[in-house]
Amino acid sequence: MLQTKKISSVELTQTFLGRIAQHNPNINAYIALDEAKSLAQAKAADALIAAGKAEPLTGIPIAQKDIFCAKDWPTTCGSKMLANFVAPYDAHVITQFDAVGAVNLGKTNMDEFAMGSSNETSYFGGVKNPWDTERVPGGSSGGSAAAVAARLCAAATGTDTGGSIRQPASLCGFTGLKPTYGVVSRYGMIAFASSLDQAGPMAKSAEDCALMMNVMAGFDERDSTSLNREKEDYTRDLAKPLQGLRVGLPKEFFAEGLDAGVGKVIDEAIAAYKKLGAEIVEISLPNTGLSIPVYYVLAPAEASSNLSRYDGVRYGHRTAEYSDLMDMYCKSRAEGFGAEVKRRILIGTYVLSAGYYDAYYLKAQQIRRLIAEDFVEAFKQCDVIMGPAAPSTAFKAGEKVDDPVAMYLQDIYTISTNLAGLPGMSVPAGFSNGLPVGLQIIGNYFDEARMLNVAHQYQQVTDWHLQMPQGIE
Amino acid sequence: MALSIEDIKKVAHLARLEISDADASATLAKLSGILGLIEQMQAVDTTGIVPMSHSQDLSQRLRDDIVTKTNQREAFQKNAPMLGNGSAELAVAEGLYLVPKVIE
Repeated sequence: MLQTKKISSVELTQTFLGRIAQHNPNINAYIALDEAKSLAQAKAADALIAAGKAEPLTGIPIAQKDIFCAKDWPTTCGSKMLANFVAPYDAHVITQFDAVGAVNLGKTNMDEFAMGSSNETSYFGGVKNPWDTERVPGGSSGGSAAAVAARLCAAATGTDTGGSIRQPASLCGFTGLKPTYGVVSRYGMIAFASSLDQAGPMAKSAEDCALMMNVMAGFDERDSTSLNREKEDYTRDLAKPLQGLRVGLPKEFFAEGLDAGVGKVIDEAIAAYKKLGAEIVEISLPNTGLSIPVYYVLAPAEASSNLSRYDGVRYGHRTAEYSDLMDMYCKSRAEGFGAEVKRRILIGTYVLSAGYYDAYYLKAQQIRRLIAEDFVEAFKQCDVIMGPAAPSTAFKAGEKVDDPVAMYLQDIYTISTNLAGLPGMSVPAGFSNGLPVGLQIIGNYFDEARMLNVAHQYQQVTDWHLQMPQGIE
Repeated sequence: MALSIEDIKKVAHLARLEISDADASATLAKLSGILGLIEQMQAVDTTGIVPMSHSQDLSQRLRDDIVTKTNQREAFQKNAPMLGNGSAELAVAEGLYLVPKVIE
């Protein structure tokens, strides 16, 4: 639409900024906006379009999760610790969007340091789910999720360490993809659990996600775990028919703990895939139940190490009154971090402390391999795996906030793919009691193009991804 | 295994987090719940299984030993915290960061 000059990037950006001014005070999806910066990028994009140098995302306003450093933008990671931090450089993901002339529309709210499944741990307050403002949008990419669902951006970025793209995509009714670990550079993305963190697109449709992947993915030598692979076009397989596609249904994803209404929607989605020519295969991922215990050893262990950098010396919060260096560290960290972040730092420090390392950390790494091997076996029998992305629809704000274990179980279907390093996505598949339900599609390593094809073909015969919440027109 | 208040305080000290007695007991209940969840791992026999630290089992790349970063001291020091203890100045002086005296 921008290329055909029906609307300019400046007009489009202004439209979104207007919608944000109208709805954000209620939704709280954005925590930093800079109209002048966004409009300057839009103006530059219009010049590129006029010069015939446009790429698919040139001039498109994108919301950036506040975990990505963007030069001269506040970058807080949802924490008091970084409330005054202004990034002095760009994350790789930001550089990539800048390079194609996309517009940074603002920074989105998130669970503090991406630790949470409801966006309620943010220092900047919770985010409302546009489908029902008494409910949470999911997390940790809750601001990006609400922004996409409420059409406060064309698309957004997220990060997914245990489900933080896919669970909010399910709860807010849009398409979100967590790529294979190593496909998108982590440079400039504030670290939570480095062996699991992966950035990905959050957008209305699989096609939009594919276009975003074309910009976000690629080798970056500044990330030591970035994979040096040939550049690929993620849109290349979108139009392929699904005849003969083998869809694996893991019995563990349909067992106790799955909400009946969600299960019904997923069953209907599977039936739609049968009509598209898919063949259903029963599979088993026997160690699924262990993924949460393993994750809550490995992720806090890595987090306790990553977050040790926040000491109040060079940046971040420093306490107002202190006696010596130790007192300064302990007070600055106690004041700068919220309750959930502190819990995870304590768990991580505990499992890594002398005498417990073998029983917890090493054990968790061993079971991580068993979980990854489950998937290797499963992919001998099928091309993609399907199931729910989250065990329930969006829950009410405050409902799980005092019960960390109940909150952690939100990620029961998503965490195992992070541990294995596999790509996963959530695709809108219908509604249960008026709330969106996401179908999860898990692919083999580097099979994002096929997953996007599988999602796109479904979106050609359904319109769940086009539904909009009421009251945000 | 059961955690005690002393364990919480010891771990909080290792993590450089100040914790009050009231917070330590509230934290104890929540952490015990999380450790209960983690204990499920102990039922699995993992004899002989190689620990997995990275999903691709790759080794680290090497790069040429050349300078790749430029000095951005001034830009970085703009993010310095306030000095505190009654001062509203940034905790920097002459291109260095200010912390309490650590050497007698």
